[in-house]
Amino acid sequence: MFENLTDKFERAFKVLKGHGQITEINVAETLKEVRRALLDADVNFKTAKEFTVRVKEKALGRDVLTTISPGQLLTKICHEELVALMGGEQSDINYQGNPGVILMSGLQGSGKTTFSGKLANYLKNKKGKNPLMVACDVYRPAAIDQIHVLGEQLGVEVYSNREEKNPVKIAQEAIAHAKSNGFNVVIVDTAGRLAVDEQMMNEIADVKNAIKPTETLFVVDSMTGQDAVNTAKTFNDRIDFDGVILTKLDGDTRGGAALSIKTVVDKPIKFVGTGEKMDALDVFYPNRMADRILGMGDVVSLVEKAQEQFDEKEAKKLQKKIAQNKFDFDDFYSQLQQIKKMGNVKDLMGMIPGMGKAMKNVDIDDDAFKGIEAIIQSMTPAERGNPDLLNGSRKKRIAAGSGNNIQEVNKLIKQFNETKKVMHMMSNKKNMANMMRQMKGMGGGKGLPGM
Amino acid sequence: MGLFNKIFSKEKKEKLDSGLEKTKESFLSKLTRTVVGKSTVDAEVLDNLEEVLISSDVGVDTTLKIIDRIEARVSKDKYMGTDELNNILREEIAALLSENNTVDQVEFNVPETEGPYVIMVVGVNGVGKTTTIGKLANALKKQGKSVVLGAADTFRAAAVDQLIIWSERVGVPIVQQGMNADPASVAFDTLQSAKAQNADVAIIDTAGRLHNKVNLMNELTKIKTVMNKVIPDAPHEILLVLDGSTGQNAFEQAKQFSLATEINALAITKLDGTAKGGVVIGISDQMKIPVKYIGVGEGIEDLQVFNKTEFVDSLFS
Ligand SMILES: Nc1nc2c(ncn2[C@@H]2O[C@H](COP(=O)(O)OP(=O)(O)OP(=O)(O)O)[C@@H](O)[C@H]2O)c(=O)[nH]1
Ligand SMILES: Nc1nc2c(ncn2[C@@H]2O[C@H](COP(=O)(O)OP(=O)(O)OP(=O)(O)O)[C@@H](O)[C@H]2O)c(=O)[nH]1
Ligand SMILES: [Mg+2]
Ligand SMILES: [Mg+2]
Repeated sequence: MFENLTDKFERAFKVLKGHGQITEINVAETLKEVRRALLDADVNFKTAKEFTVRVKEKALGRDVLTTISPGQLLTKICHEELVALMGGEQSDINYQGNPGVILMSGLQGSGKTTFSGKLANYLKNKKGKNPLMVACDVYRPAAIDQIHVLGEQLGVEVYSNREEKNPVKIAQEAIAHAKSNGFNVVIVDTAGRLAVDEQMMNEIADVKNAIKPTETLFVVDSMTGQDAVNTAKTFNDRIDFDGVILTKLDGDTRGGAALSIKTVVDKPIKFVGTGEKMDALDVFYPNRMADRILGMGDVVSLVEKAQEQFDEKEAKKLQKKIAQNKFDFDDFYSQLQQIKKMGNVKDLMGMIPGMGKAMKNVDIDDDAFKGIEAIIQSMTPAERGNPDLLNGSRKKRIAAGSGNNIQEVNKLIKQFNETKKVMHMMSNKKNMANMMRQMKGMGGGKGLPGM
Repeated sequence: MGLFNKIFSKEKKEKLDSGLEKTKESFLSKLTRTVVGKSTVDAEVLDNLEEVLISSDVGVDTTLKIIDRIEARVSKDKYMGTDELNNILREEIAALLSENNTVDQVEFNVPETEGPYVIMVVGVNGVGKTTTIGKLANALKKQGKSVVLGAADTFRAAAVDQLIIWSERVGVPIVQQGMNADPASVAFDTLQSAKAQNADVAIIDTAGRLHNKVNLMNELTKIKTVMNKVIPDAPHEILLVLDGSTGQNAFEQAKQFSLATEINALAITKLDGTAKGGVVIGISDQMKIPVKYIGVGEGIEDLQVFNKTEFVDSLFS
């Protein structure tokens, strides 16, 4: 993906040869490509225009007779600018207070209710808080039920009042309830509303005035197109929100709305939603977002997701076994379980733009390991611990027991032996260090391979 | 406009106009600004036109296509006035839409089928599937059709409750097996029930899913496949619901849902907001799938059959 954009830039730099510097003339075509990349990523038209001007200013006069090509240089400049624009100080959500009050706002279906649940879960489990959720959406069918279901799932109390149709009153009642019942954070979920709906915009402004939240959040769908700017601006004008939540980033949208919103309202993006489940939230990384907008994929998230599932102790134990060349079928089996825990392999691959499509015809699903598992399960404990025992008659028995033919069993044993060999080789300290360095280069702060 | 009024009730036209008002205003004001003080279409006019289209989520490719077509016409007629630009633009956009929306629907209706006409509703999270189903059931019921709903979103919190409330609002029966039931089994049940009741239409709600989640897309294929065990040609209509404020990702949604379920109809929701809905033009052109419905609000009446003439006119009238 990264290659793609750089290649495009490279091609666009047609008149560069013979020039030692980036000039107005030789950069013009490339800037068009930059702009196009941004528009394809849903960056707002005006924002994209301003951005290319900035990039041009940064690029002009830069020497290109260095080790990197002009295309790479321009990609680097774009990336740096994106990070600079979307970054700034990392600020947390303000939930301090007596109680702290967090107000949600946003368009219909952007993910407010889901994020209310995720935030309650985060504050409860990661910050040791005692949160209360409040159902202030009195319009959407089953909105109150929805937040109650989430509350039950999370073991978080939900305040609602089905008789009361005024969200201002409900929010006030809830805060009083929180005060007298020892809740120290109140999360107020509200109905979705359009920026042009005067009455509904008045309503949320009233709610805000009445409860004086410590934090007001604007929840926006990362798939939003050019309209993100209008909506964010109107909401900001009316309720002066403190931060932005970008949802549904587990999709393959390039998410240019993030840049547009940041540019137009200059409020920090505080959290991102990465799934429907209650633990699917993450802080915002400008660096990754820049990769995404430029079409370079969210490789870092992928690596982190893998690391999350990684059990340190188990890993150490395993490493020792590998070093001693004692890796056996039991270890192999538990490795498979680890991979399965990471979630669906195809889903993970789907996080890489363009990969989803490529994976379409590849046969990896949750059942992909079934055959292998069956074979290993048909081995005796002794065989699993000492693969050298596996002779012809044992293999035959295993094949029959697992419903496979002998070739499948042989194939697995061969695979196993190769894996074991490679792992043993890699367990060599020096090789390992090299590999780690490469991994870092892939996901680390600089994030630009080959720069 | 004479014909227009004959076909559409005044009330209905007003609803779309007010829904698309913002679109219209900015389109027109920008276009006017573009052509002010000029008597012919020049490069600057086309540049500004590009801004108008891109800002409406039409997308770079489709915008270039429209501009190419206009440039071609301009080059033939060098002294074309800016007056005519408006008309040409209207024609070109209508042409992109009409290539696959051959016959505009006038009223809510479904084709005659042997047994119930089955509509399966799919789309990414939060676009308005369930709401659209409620509104569509209402519209079809008003046309004298008997409708059965199937609650095959058994995943999202309170999704079944939400559809139950809609079924009560509209006054149509619903088939549900509660939360966490197998969605394919709910779809199967719904069709059997619709068939037994001799219903005219069955509409199946499904859970929102992002198109890059392969397993969830496979699940959708399974739900679809199970239906023709009850009714051979079912589902007759696979309706992809797109959020009108979605940007270029809508193309990928259309492609991936198409691969998983062979979608053959589109609904665009939330066009009562400031979002321009330009995404309709691009997708309709590239995917050759007709847009059937547009959502213009959260109320039970806020669904309209898509009509390209009306749509384009609402942009430029
Ligand atoms: N894949 C994915 N789905 C999400 C995410 N956040 C929310 N959703 C889904 O998006 C849909 C809408 O979410 P809700 O939380 O109901 O949205 P809302 O803003 O409360 O909607 P209204 O109250 O109707 O305005 C649901 O299907 C959620 O499961 C996310 O980060 N990833
Ligand atoms: N303004 C406006 N809001 C709409 C329209 N259609 C749906 N909505 C709102 O959008 C939100 C989401 O609608 P749902 O029908 O729950 O969406 P869904 O696609 O079924 O969502 P999931 O099942 O969670 O994926 C609700 O608040 C609806 O009231 C529309 O045409 N205009
Ligand atoms: Mg909600
Ligand atoms: Mg739904």
